[in-house]
Amino acid sequence: MAGQAQAVSKDQLWSGGQSPFGISYGKMMMWYFLVSDALTFGGLLTAYGVIRHGSADLWPVGEQVFESLPGLHGSYPLIYVALMTFILIISSVTMVLAVEAGHRMDKKGVIKWMGYTVIGGLFFLGSQVWEWSHFIHGSGGGFQLSAPMTVAATDDHNQPIAMELTGGSWVHMTSDLGHAYEHAMEHGDHIEISNGKLIVTPAAHGDHDAHGHDAHAEAHAAVPQEYPLEIVLNKYTLEHKDGKDLRKLTVTGEEAEKIMKNMASNTLVFGANLSKNEYAVQQQYANFFFFITGFHGFHVLQGVIINLIIFIMAMRGVFERRGHYEMVEKVGLFWHFVDLVWVFVFTFFYLV
Amino acid sequence: MERDDLIVNDSYSLNARHGEEEGKKIRKKLYMVTAILTILTVFEIFMGVYFKRNGTFTWETIKLLFIVLTLVKAAYIVLIFMHLGDERKNLKYVVLLPYALFILYLIFIGLYEGLSVQHLNNTFR
Repeated sequence: MAGQAQAVSKDQLWSGGQSPFGISYGKMMMWYFLVSDALTFGGLLTAYGVIRHGSADLWPVGEQVFESLPGLHGSYPLIYVALMTFILIISSVTMVLAVEAGHRMDKKGVIKWMGYTVIGGLFFLGSQVWEWSHFIHGSGGGFQLSAPMTVAATDDHNQPIAMELTGGSWVHMTSDLGHAYEHAMEHGDHIEISNGKLIVTPAAHGDHDAHGHDAHAEAHAAVPQEYPLEIVLNKYTLEHKDGKDLRKLTVTGEEAEKIMKNMASNTLVFGANLSKNEYAVQQQYANFFFFITGFHGFHVLQGVIINLIIFIMAMRGVFERRGHYEMVEKVGLFWHFVDLVWVFVFTFFYLV
Repeated sequence: MERDDLIVNDSYSLNARHGEEEGKKIRKKLYMVTAILTILTVFEIFMGVYFKRNGTFTWETIKLLFIVLTLVKAAYIVLIFMHLGDERKNLKYVVLLPYALFILYLIFIGLYEGLSVQHLNNTFR
């Protein structure tokens, strides 16, 4: 903390021999680095803002895309991201407590809080791995329609509603149906759609024992498995008509069969990768997700490594011998910056 | 070359030391900020999930509130956690002024260029 310096006149302040900003060279350079690094994130978020604003209602809604929790079925909108944000904020707090302990020359305190900070960073990285894998894996997959059609759907109050869908409309399968479909496609099983059901007849799995479930495949060899057809309209997008909320309308049975048979060729997508995704018509959505959260995650990884180095140095008493814990303050600046960026990513990518 | 981060100089941040008493006060302030940040985040989630669905506020109001709350959170992180609030005035300006301008630019480009892209999409799709 500065401000403890004796008052110096203005022309003396900039005439050399002392730090005009009242901080050491290293801390100054850390600030300059952060100011320039923030421009990179600023550029990414600006590009994101332009594309997002430009595509208005076609853009997926964060709370409809990110609503899963590991190991749980059901809808928990944004809870997982909130948890990640909380983890990062807490690790930022433990970092600033390490800095405070350093100001008291409290070696034990610094080690304790730096340790917690590293653990918090690792937890955040782990959460991001799960989120990425969930995003890439997808939750059911979607496809476009080849011709316009009218279907009878059910809204969330179980009221029937007729929906007119244009050709090229984007519709989604429920996760149970989608995963069964994807699994069947991957294994080259026979897929049939009739009586409002998806019927999968497993192919003969002579050479598929690489996956290790050969016995499983044999047991079900000729028995076709049936899954009820269930299609979701407006799964990820915001849709209102006459003041009515038209999100997540479900279509089942014969109506769903009509939609499945109206699938435009080569439009079926499961999850997301760098060339296609199930969440949005625009590929930019997935690409921005990968690049912005990936670039931020890369910063977190660097932060964890640097924090770990400082943790070890503090343990070995390097800073105690040096007489000050300013190094903890410098890496602290970087760590808080990572938290700061996440606050913006959280708002602009997940909330808006 | 002489390393100035090893020189103990009164005007530098190196011996920004404080005792046990002051430490307690600082820690109390930090816990307060933690509570504020947590409450703001929870409120943001609540706004994004429930207020939006129930139509308590319009979407435009919610978006504006998101941006304001984000800036408040950012201010707490930069001024308290990063100790910028305790630094000299000139350093504060070096860091904050460019970003005050940049945020204005970001809002301008997001709205103006975004509308233009939307217009192009609607016209030529």
